[in-house]
Amino acid sequence: MLTIKDLHVSVGGTPVLKGIDLHIAPGETFILFGPNGSGKTTLLMTLMGFSGYEVTQGQIIFKGQDITHAPMYERARLGIGMSFQRPPTIHGLPTGRLAQLCDRRGGADIRQMARRVHFDHFLERDVNAGFSGGEIKRSELLQLMAQQPELVLFDEPESGVDLENMALVGHTVRYLLDGMPDSCQGTLRERKQRRKTGGLIITHTGHILEYVLADRGQVMYQGKLCCEAKPREILDHIAKHGYQECLRCLSGDMFGKITEAPLS
Amino acid sequence: MSHVDLSRYSFTGGESAAPIEDLTRLSHDDQETLVYAGIDVHDKKVSGAFMQLNHAGVHCHTQQEGLEIMGIQQALALYDGLPQHYWKILSPEKDEFTRMAHDHLNGGYFIRARKGVKVEAPVQSCMFIKGDHAGQSIHNIVIVEEGAEVHILGGCATAHDAREAAHLGITEYYVEKGGKLTFTMIHNWTDSTTVRPRSCGVVAEGGVFCNNYILLKPVADLQMYPTLKLNGRGAVARFNSVLVAPSGSHVDSGNRIELNAPDTRGEIISRTLTTGGTVINRGFIGASAVPAKGHLECKGLILGGGRIHAIPELDSCIDGVELSHEAAVGKIAQEEIEYLMARGLDEDEATSTIVRGFLNVDIMGLPEPLKKAMDRQISKLESAKVM
Repeated sequence: MLTIKDLHVSVGGTPVLKGIDLHIAPGETFILFGPNGSGKTTLLMTLMGFSGYEVTQGQIIFKGQDITHAPMYERARLGIGMSFQRPPTIHGLPTGRLAQLCDRRGGADIRQMARRVHFDHFLERDVNAGFSGGEIKRSELLQLMAQQPELVLFDEPESGVDLENMALVGHTVRYLLDGMPDSCQGTLRERKQRRKTGGLIITHTGHILEYVLADRGQVMYQGKLCCEAKPREILDHIAKHGYQECLRCLSGDMFGKITEAPLS
Repeated sequence: MSHVDLSRYSFTGGESAAPIEDLTRLSHDDQETLVYAGIDVHDKKVSGAFMQLNHAGVHCHTQQEGLEIMGIQQALALYDGLPQHYWKILSPEKDEFTRMAHDHLNGGYFIRARKGVKVEAPVQSCMFIKGDHAGQSIHNIVIVEEGAEVHILGGCATAHDAREAAHLGITEYYVEKGGKLTFTMIHNWTDSTTVRPRSCGVVAEGGVFCNNYILLKPVADLQMYPTLKLNGRGAVARFNSVLVAPSGSHVDSGNRIELNAPDTRGEIISRTLTTGGTVINRGFIGASAVPAKGHLECKGLILGGGRIHAIPELDSCIDGVELSHEAAVGKIAQEEIEYLMARGLDEDEATSTIVRGFLNVDIMGLPEPLKKAMDRQISKLESAKVM
């Protein structure tokens, strides 16, 4: 579904991403780890097509189309959706109206979707005007539900969210990814079979892993990807050793060859 | 501001025009113009209406006891020249326009909500100009007595085919103790109309005055600076303005609030958009008593040329006063456009969605037909590619 080939990206003339290769299959959820400033958010912003993220080399292919230089709305209409971490306030635009605009196919029951994220009382409120961290997340999820993307980009879904909201956010992210209702656990096989939406999720804490089914993960370090492994293993490893192993890995002769996190 | 030569306009004639009992008998074009100026001739949810055509009051009715609506000349005759209210807070000597309104009074309305009367449905009023080189100089008086409440929709319009018209409008507002007045003014001029309203209001203890102003259509030259004096403890005033200046429009519009008593609050919020015209957006809040709070917010968007000159002013010389202002002139934030583009809106759709939000008139509590008319007007701006 998504293939990134040797992607180099500069921000304000400074190289940030230095040769990213990544493939995400349809319905697959991929987890991205990495220290602050390593380039994770830059990768998401570049995939969405924000201005200021200059692709200097490489290609982004989505559903067989080269979208490396496509405008944002074309990517969105092709099926890429993004949850913003700090979205802007738009005065005079009610949140419910924006959700309707996201629903380009038409016919979505916005109020029902809003109830799912306990946001039905916010539909008349201006988008992001005075929203708390949890409210922003719920607003973003509502818009994504209305948009029904085929690949969802999440930048730290757990940031700024309290524990109670984390469960709500987690369940909703899962619903977006595999279309399963909260009450239905389903067997792993069933869940895999039903999955239709792919995901690329940045996480620091790993809380989101409690809710979503993710097979693959990778660490971003200084603009490069290394250490592909099961997300849980990466998380355990980072918890024990921090990211210093990544530096050793990237600079060593194993660079590019490692397929398993070097567990001690 | 350009000089206005009043001798070019005719301030006489047609004073004894026949009354129009049924406004639905006006021509379709005129009816349409009126809708955009706040008068829906089919709206049954009104408590009263007044219409002035050039130099004559042609329509006047009230459906509620305790709500008086009549022509100003009739009120002057009936109430011995209205000694408490006529030219009491505005001076005829202020400028040539007040002098003209004083010397050549063409009409205007007198609206009074009697003590304790709460008028639920809005009162519709309209000043209408037809014909070439027509001048209209009118004087309105609005009185909201103790504990009374009223919402007035004040529309002003020139007919589609009127060329070179001038409107001079004097309005004096009196909100007595605990009274509440919402006054929503909608201007619907043409690109050859010159407009000079001169308005002032006083608000007594615990009174509230909300003033809404909407200008979405072109106008040749408009200048106004309505003033509200909060003279009683706990009085509150609020101005909300939304105005659009296409190419050729020159709009010099401001609001002034004087916080003259303790516990008073004032707020001025304006949204201006130029697509080629000039907007001078003034605002003034002064405080001479404490505690007093005032906030002034003027935001301007320049889309496709034009000029916005924001002049926010705060003035006080006493300790403990709380006045603030926020002014911005610029373009739509790229961040907002990209946020919407990430949801699938193309750049034009994103821009017009943001501008529509910017020109939000929902907070004004307009009746449904009027709200729809304003929506249509904003859509026209969109389709005309001015935004």
